Amino acid sequence: MNLDSVIDILLLAFMAVIAIAIVRIRDLFGIAMLFSIFSLLSAGVFTVMDAADVAFTEAAVGAGISTILMLATLTRTARKEKPSNSKNPAVALIVVFVTGALLVFGTSDLPRFGDPQAPVHQHVAPRYIEESPKEIGIPNMVTSVLASYRGYDTLGETTVIFTAGIAVMALLGMRRSRRREDDEEID
Amino acid sequence: MRFLQLYNYEIAIFLAMVGLYIVVSSGNLVKKIAGLSMFQISVFILYISMGVVEGGTVPILIEGVQRYSNPLPHVLILTAIVVGVATTAVALSLVIRINEAYGTAEEDEIHEQDESF
Amino acid sequence: MLHHTVLRVVAKLLVPVILLFAFYVQFHGDYSPGGGFQAGVIFAAGIILYALIFGLDDTMQAVPPGVLKILSASGVLLYAGVGIETLLLGGNYLDYDFLAHEPTHGQHLGIFLVELGVGVTVASTMLLLYYAFAGREQGQ
Repeated sequence: MNLDSVIDILLLAFMAVIAIAIVRIRDLFGIAMLFSIFSLLSAGVFTVMDAADVAFTEAAVGAGISTILMLATLTRTARKEKPSNSKNPAVALIVVFVTGALLVFGTSDLPRFGDPQAPVHQHVAPRYIEESPKEIGIPNMVTSVLASYRGYDTLGETTVIFTAGIAVMALLGMRRSRRREDDEEID
Repeated sequence: MRFLQLYNYEIAIFLAMVGLYIVVSSGNLVKKIAGLSMFQISVFILYISMGVVEGGTVPILIEGVQRYSNPLPHVLILTAIVVGVATTAVALSLVIRINEAYGTAEEDEIHEQDESF
Repeated sequence: MLHHTVLRVVAKLLVPVILLFAFYVQFHGDYSPGGGFQAGVIFAAGIILYALIFGLDDTMQAVPPGVLKILSASGVLLYAGVGIETLLLGGNYLDYDFLAHEPTHGQHLGIFLVELGVGVTVASTMLLLYYAFAGREQGQ
């Protein structure tokens, strides 16, 4: 067992502990902070698993932007979660255990972690790895797959982000800058 | 050792189930969204775990390196993270509007005020 | 806000470095980890850090929401426009081989433009999201 897998196991164990803590506490401010740590740990896990590009994004998005959005929501709603009367935790537990057991049963057949012979690595990935430096001519395979081989996909994702931005502005509106209130409107 | 060989997948399922539990059992809409985001991150971990190749390295061309991790899951998850925060923002802005309309973000209290749900 | 001297000084030092790093991630994304999505969120995070410490009004003066709205649309337009350009040059949609005389040069140019479009859209949309959330008055 090498150092990578030790770090991987430890970070994932931390994430599981934080997940339990998020379930148990009722202070929503605390949940937002724990969630930020959770995202940062997942960025660490991605780094250990050789996904540097993903780790970058997760660190900036998960620990930064989404935490701030969650905090901004909390300042406009309540800070504490009220205990729920209609919710029966036993029902939720049964649902979760049955779903979880089915998923664990499903994964028991998966190839072991890091197996180079796994079916995932046999289909298109070898072509991306072997041909992209010749066909595209740039060393970062993630960029060449993202922008060139799967360009349609990325165009769709960019459009989704743009649409989500429009949706949020339609729901919340945009405040005008206070200092220029007398001038013409900026938006 | 079978458990350790599938450790990443087991933890991803565990996190997904904790997220699902929060969504089902919590009455607060903000906490529900936190649960959904947790589910989302667990799926990211599942995908990236599948792309790992033993002894492989980051998929950026380096002289003399033969074995790289699978770049495809990285691409899929990279875009999914940014799309995920955009859609989470839409959900949170809906919570703000619900809070303005009903004066609360608790599911029970909204049900009391509005019989039509 | 007047009391947070340490925060203000640290932020003044950090924000330019974060923004510079975002540009590095954007334009060096072909050779090292990086690209439009990463650079966009890092750039937005830098500006949001500024807004958290120096206030929303000052930030809206520096980065006006009207400009961001135009930018977030023009990023998608740039991406889709590259596809139209390749169609006009005789290739398939988003087939960058036709953008230059050499296929690999065309790919270089196409990926650069597409990543630029993604980066602009992501950065401006993330900032607009922040403006919309932070600008909302309580009980409005």
